[in-house]
Amino acid sequence: MAILVDKNTRLVVQGFTGKEGSFHSEQMMEYGTPLVGGVTPGKGGQSHLKRPVFDTVADAVREEGANASVIFVPPPFAADAVLEAAEAGIKTIICITEGIPVRDMIPVYQYVKSKGAALVGPNCPGVLTPGQAKVGIMPAMIFSEGPVGVVSRSGTLTYEAVDQLTRQGLGQSTAVGIGGDPIIGSRFIDVLKLYQADDETEAVVMIGEIGGTAEEEAAEYIRDHMSKPVFVFIAGQTAPPGRRMGHAGAIISGGKGTAEDKFAALEEAGAVIVKNPAAIGETVKSHLSVA
Amino acid sequence: MKVHEYQAKDILAKYGVAVQRGVVATTADEAVRAAESLNKETGTDLFVVKAQIHAGGRGKGGGVKLAKSFDDVREKADAILGMMLKTPQTGPEGQKVRSVLIADAVDIAKEFYLGITLDRGRNQTVIMASTEGGVEIETVAEESPELILKEWVDPVIGLQGFQARRLAFGLGFEGDAFKKAVRFILALHRAYEESDCSIAEINPLTLTEQGDVLAIDAKINLDDNALYRHKDLAQLRDVNEEDPLEVEAAEHHLNYVKLDGNVGCMVNGAGLAMATMDIIKLAGGEPANFLDVGGGANPATVEAGFRIILKDPEVKAILVNIFGGIVRCDRVAKGVVEAAGKVDMKLPLIVRLQGTNAEEGKAILDESGLEVQTAILFQEAADKVQSALEG
Repeated sequence: MAILVDKNTRLVVQGFTGKEGSFHSEQMMEYGTPLVGGVTPGKGGQSHLKRPVFDTVADAVREEGANASVIFVPPPFAADAVLEAAEAGIKTIICITEGIPVRDMIPVYQYVKSKGAALVGPNCPGVLTPGQAKVGIMPAMIFSEGPVGVVSRSGTLTYEAVDQLTRQGLGQSTAVGIGGDPIIGSRFIDVLKLYQADDETEAVVMIGEIGGTAEEEAAEYIRDHMSKPVFVFIAGQTAPPGRRMGHAGAIISGGKGTAEDKFAALEEAGAVIVKNPAAIGETVKSHLSVA
Repeated sequence: MKVHEYQAKDILAKYGVAVQRGVVATTADEAVRAAESLNKETGTDLFVVKAQIHAGGRGKGGGVKLAKSFDDVREKADAILGMMLKTPQTGPEGQKVRSVLIADAVDIAKEFYLGITLDRGRNQTVIMASTEGGVEIETVAEESPELILKEWVDPVIGLQGFQARRLAFGLGFEGDAFKKAVRFILALHRAYEESDCSIAEINPLTLTEQGDVLAIDAKINLDDNALYRHKDLAQLRDVNEEDPLEVEAAEHHLNYVKLDGNVGCMVNGAGLAMATMDIIKLAGGEPANFLDVGGGANPATVEAGFRIILKDPEVKAILVNIFGGIVRCDRVAKGVVEAAGKVDMKLPLIVRLQGTNAEEGKAILDESGLEVQTAILFQEAADKVQSALEG
């Protein structure tokens, strides 16, 4: 099974012929991702990387049966790209673009939801299901197939967690980078629900950050609905209040959103807390082998 | 991006938000001329001299003074300009005051709070209002949350008149002042939306003895990601208010935040950078900074990163932590060798490379002749930081 993307995905790339889009499309195809074409308005009818280019997402859906989209469009045009994908009936939209204004994202969030689509990102590394599909920019070589679902607000820290798991002989069912922006399409809770329902996922590693209340929200879900073990690291235990740590969403404001609060909420909800970011893999390993 | 109070008031006035009259000045002479022009315009002979720095809590630090004559304005402006103003929001050393706002003193009948920001839980804009004016909204939220009125803006229909009326009624406005309050709320929201603010906060919002509804103070933060479509607002940036090292870092496309510790760090990715700060603490050190080099860890950015970290005299060791995804570790290693040579690195340097071509990268560093400790695993790097601090 896995979640969000797998071998039955028919992926279209928005911003296909640009520099970023081209580079990552090649990498995704090399991994064996079912990439059926791309969209670059005005270049419809051309071929790029041996795949058809369409003017619109709707064309890609009609001609190639595209059912997932990944977006590499520059920030001023990215919100429009997400809306176009949702309107065309795409149900899994993964937006890599960093730097989209919040004002653009507010209506996007509502519209995508009204269309029943799942949006991952923006400002995220994408989704990777080992052995099946790599959608986005995650480095493929650190992944291995297995039972651990990974969900994270950050990019390279996701890779760190995945790498530690792989070194412990623990493969991943899917890894999802949900992004570090204030408004994101899928939150922890949305991805946890998918992992809870996925037969191939036996445990989940969740990597949070300071700022916002998404981790606290996830804690409630874990307490009430999650039967699978969840292992949690929160980055930013040493971050001072009021300072934005890179990600627009990573800021402790008004005394809210500290790592300490988040760890406490998650521990109380029954999650396994990992305070040392170098010990994620071995903590999962020791718990799973005992169980 | 933060802007000064006087800049925020200029932005708001353009949208029809009623703001206290004021003129900005950078010298005592200018301050007196500002007071004279206000006197001509409004007839006032009572002025408020307000320090213009980005941090809040200026009144508590002595940055806001009442002046009763032109001579008094000169005296107060002279005292405030150039002072190192310390507030709960500045560092312990304070922030230098480079300009003052000379404002018309207002007869205050009542004070309120009005603020607009993003509600991250709901992914909607929220307008918050409270009768507890002049108090920090976080404090009100903690101690008496029932005193905060909220209206959420539906992204499809936008802010509606009935919502603004509900807020104004809730604050107890009546008659003519009620109409002015409704207009104020609608105008503030329009300014928030159209300027791409991340915060627009009026604290206090006042009802004057004359029955006017006025912004006495105004705080606006702008969404950095939207500045590309607001060239005029982007120019309001005051780099004097920012840490010079952070400004320098931004010029090199590095994301740097200075902290108070003893171990510098340079990392690719914000989440991993925070995790690296955390592991420095676990290793017995304190992080001296947050530094995200992003996706482009090349010799030039690594060198810039080293230079910035080394300007902090508290730094006793440096940890470079790169997880190569798209970035290749061998290229980063070459960058580190080149940069370390150029900056004449004398501190213990620990470099942890993982991911694409990590072993090749480690070999380049090990064979470079550079005084550098290398690591592949995150924990190894932490242990080496610990022994560097102890040794």
